[in-house]
Amino acid sequence: MAIALVLVLVVIGSVLFHVLSPWWWTPIASNWGYIDSTLVVTFWITGAVFSAVVLFMAYCVYRFRHKEGQKAAYEPESRKLESWLTLITAVGVAAMLAPGLYVWKQFVTVPKDATEVEVVAQQWQWSFRLPGADGKLGTSNARLINSDNPLGINPEDPNGQDDVVVEAADLHLPIDKPVKMLLRSIDVLHDFYVPEFRAKMDMVPGMVTYFWLTPTRTGTFEVLCAELCGTGHGFMRGIVMVDTAQDYTTWLQQQSTFAQLTGPAKVGALVDRAKAAATVE
Amino acid sequence: MVDVTPHGADLIPPAEVGEMDLYHPHSWWTKYVFSQDAKVIAIQYSGTAMAIGLVALVLSWLMRLQLGFPGTFDFITPEAYYQFMTMHGMIMVIYLLTALFLGGFGNYLIPLMVGARDMVFPYVNMLSYWIYLVAVLVLVSSFFAPGGPTGAGWTLYPPQAITSGTPGGQDWGIILMLVSLILFIIGFTMGGLNYVVTVLQARTRGMTLMRMPLTVWGIFTATVMALLAFPALFVACVMMLFDRIIGSSFFMPAMVEMGEQSPHNGGSPIMFQHLFWFFGHPEVYIVALPAFGIVSDLISTHARKNIFGYRMMVWAIVGIGALSFVVWAHHMYVSGMHPYFGFFFATTTLIIAVPTAIKVYNWVLTLWRGDIHLTLPMLFALAFIVTFVNGGLTGLFLGNVVVDVPLSDTMFVVAHFHMVMGVAPIMVVFGAIYHWYPKIIGRMLNEAMGRFHFWVTFVGAYLIFFPMHYVGLVGVPRRYPELGDTAFIPPSVHTLNEFITIAALTVGFAQMVFLFNLFWSLRNGKDAGDNPWRATSLEWQTAGTPPPHGNFGKELPVVYRWAYDYSVPGAPEDFIPQNDPRPATQGGPA
Repeated sequence: MAIALVLVLVVIGSVLFHVLSPWWWTPIASNWGYIDSTLVVTFWITGAVFSAVVLFMAYCVYRFRHKEGQKAAYEPESRKLESWLTLITAVGVAAMLAPGLYVWKQFVTVPKDATEVEVVAQQWQWSFRLPGADGKLGTSNARLINSDNPLGINPEDPNGQDDVVVEAADLHLPIDKPVKMLLRSIDVLHDFYVPEFRAKMDMVPGMVTYFWLTPTRTGTFEVLCAELCGTGHGFMRGIVMVDTAQDYTTWLQQQSTFAQLTGPAKVGALVDRAKAAATVE
Repeated sequence: MVDVTPHGADLIPPAEVGEMDLYHPHSWWTKYVFSQDAKVIAIQYSGTAMAIGLVALVLSWLMRLQLGFPGTFDFITPEAYYQFMTMHGMIMVIYLLTALFLGGFGNYLIPLMVGARDMVFPYVNMLSYWIYLVAVLVLVSSFFAPGGPTGAGWTLYPPQAITSGTPGGQDWGIILMLVSLILFIIGFTMGGLNYVVTVLQARTRGMTLMRMPLTVWGIFTATVMALLAFPALFVACVMMLFDRIIGSSFFMPAMVEMGEQSPHNGGSPIMFQHLFWFFGHPEVYIVALPAFGIVSDLISTHARKNIFGYRMMVWAIVGIGALSFVVWAHHMYVSGMHPYFGFFFATTTLIIAVPTAIKVYNWVLTLWRGDIHLTLPMLFALAFIVTFVNGGLTGLFLGNVVVDVPLSDTMFVVAHFHMVMGVAPIMVVFGAIYHWYPKIIGRMLNEAMGRFHFWVTFVGAYLIFFPMHYVGLVGVPRRYPELGDTAFIPPSVHTLNEFITIAALTVGFAQMVFLFNLFWSLRNGKDAGDNPWRATSLEWQTAGTPPPHGNFGKELPVVYRWAYDYSVPGAPEDFIPQNDPRPATQGGPA
């Protein structure tokens, strides 16, 4: 008997916890409100199913618990009932899947006017690279990485010379402008995760991954690594600041380009190194 | 209607099996240690699995102490935390749950339930256990190796699994882990072939496939899946071992390791993830399907009612098993694989919800108009349904690709998979032990201790894992030994973490009561008799309890009906054993 009561309490407790507890997602700061909406729809559908199933169980336990002389019904199957339940479930599942896939289509379709920003992860810090005046990022290669060229930017690529390098410092993004985050790791797997942006993606050495977003709110947001990357994983933090257009321009002007950071002498050395690496491969 | 009884149920002549067909032990060693009897092997498997499971339980306490009270315990460094986490996960999934459901319950129940004298390859079956034991010992040895066990997470993702930034990556930890897994898979394959061939070839006369108890269906299907899925893990382990020891580059691209250029070039880290999850997702159902089968039988027996929709239940098991091979990349939505995979894998993943939901409906519909005895197995079965429905439904969040994006790699995932493949199957393990211990030992487990164990475990586990979803919803990532000062995480989350830790320690304590009960009842339990639950399936119809070597005395039972003839109208009793030849009016349906 106690079990019937506890089952009812599980439902009531879970629903009340959901509604009343202070633990909910952080206020959103990107265009991915659709993701939040899909999540809320999923909460409603699954919450209703959970409550219905557990309450039905509680009723069965209460109503059909063993009493002296009671006998169970003999009812091997009911094709009609089973078909109906299958159909209703399929409809419920489709009701969650359809909006999910619709929003996923948006998630994977990067707008044409999105500017590119590169995030480079390493154990255990974040660096960033912006395309500079030409709007293009220079190529890069893990084999070119050394203390003078920590991001492995190709010194022979003219597109790379004006790239803005932000090494182990904060990233700034302008508000209301779509950005394509190009994600690169130079050692192990990492994951660029800003809870307020909702979006995240793993960074894999040897390839460039991406996601896109439009920041919708100015402020300072923490970057966390969301893919286990060794002992320092829990401490791999960074900062993204979403600025007004004016603040963003001010910040950008204070940053250094790849060419400025390396200087002509060093570029020569780096080019030699790049050629050596090319012959090795 | 279901194939309840053969048309024209004439008496089938009894089958005598000559002595020569049976392996007989000749000494104490071959009877109790190097035994080829599946029942002894089952107990060896279960004992070893529970012993190593106890290690995993203690590791979970250490992790929870760190998460609830960060900074309090100096010996739990980040390295140690990741080592505890990795070993906890791997032990629970592979060395406890897989070994217990297939090696333990599979070995004990398959021959008895299908009416066979033993597994078809007893010697290989014995080897299976001993190789498993060696695998466990290799795993345990990594605790004592230089550098300690691996801290790569149970998913062992390269490159970090074999690089110096990860505990055990450049020491012995990862090597011992990979060797142990390889041994486990070899041992499992020996056992698994046995289970499959025994079900297909050694069923007694009359035991058609569609008369088998769902327990056998669940274990059988899970074993077939395991035989297909484990090879993917096997090759992944071998390749990673090569990358680690001889410097090959299967999974290792050109990269930098702690500021130095690594010698690797051209490998693909994502390829490892595909191999791992091609095994890893079926693995979820390798654990779940035996639980589905067993819980169906527990509910039916203790509600004194046939399982509702038996045929649909069988097809759901087979369908889930097949579908589970085409959903693996839903673990990889944010892995960097081509984003268009998301459309395919989200669709297959949500489709699998349909047969799974059918199973849930049929369990609760079996309760409807039943005669529900609230025994310990029934209570645990009810707890299974609650936790499984809860964990299954949160799977719809994570399977639905775009909803997964904010939630993946957060504590929501941890809560989800603990609820659905941790708590729920373990509820079935407990229910099954309370149900079959009387057959294995001949005595009932103590009821009072059992009820205490049930209430603390069920309520406690729900209090641990239900709120944990909301920690993830806030955005707290998984695999963080501490959260530090993080602006978006309110202080109340820390309070909640303390609460969860206290609940976890309490639930852990209740498991000690359960273990004590297992030993205490060996001598002090009530005498069980041959069929204490008045159940229909063949393991309860043996000559003597515990069943003797060869299981069934001189004649094998002949099966006349399915395993679910409970409360048949007109029958004098509320159950008719599968080997009862009488027609309905005297005991069975016409």
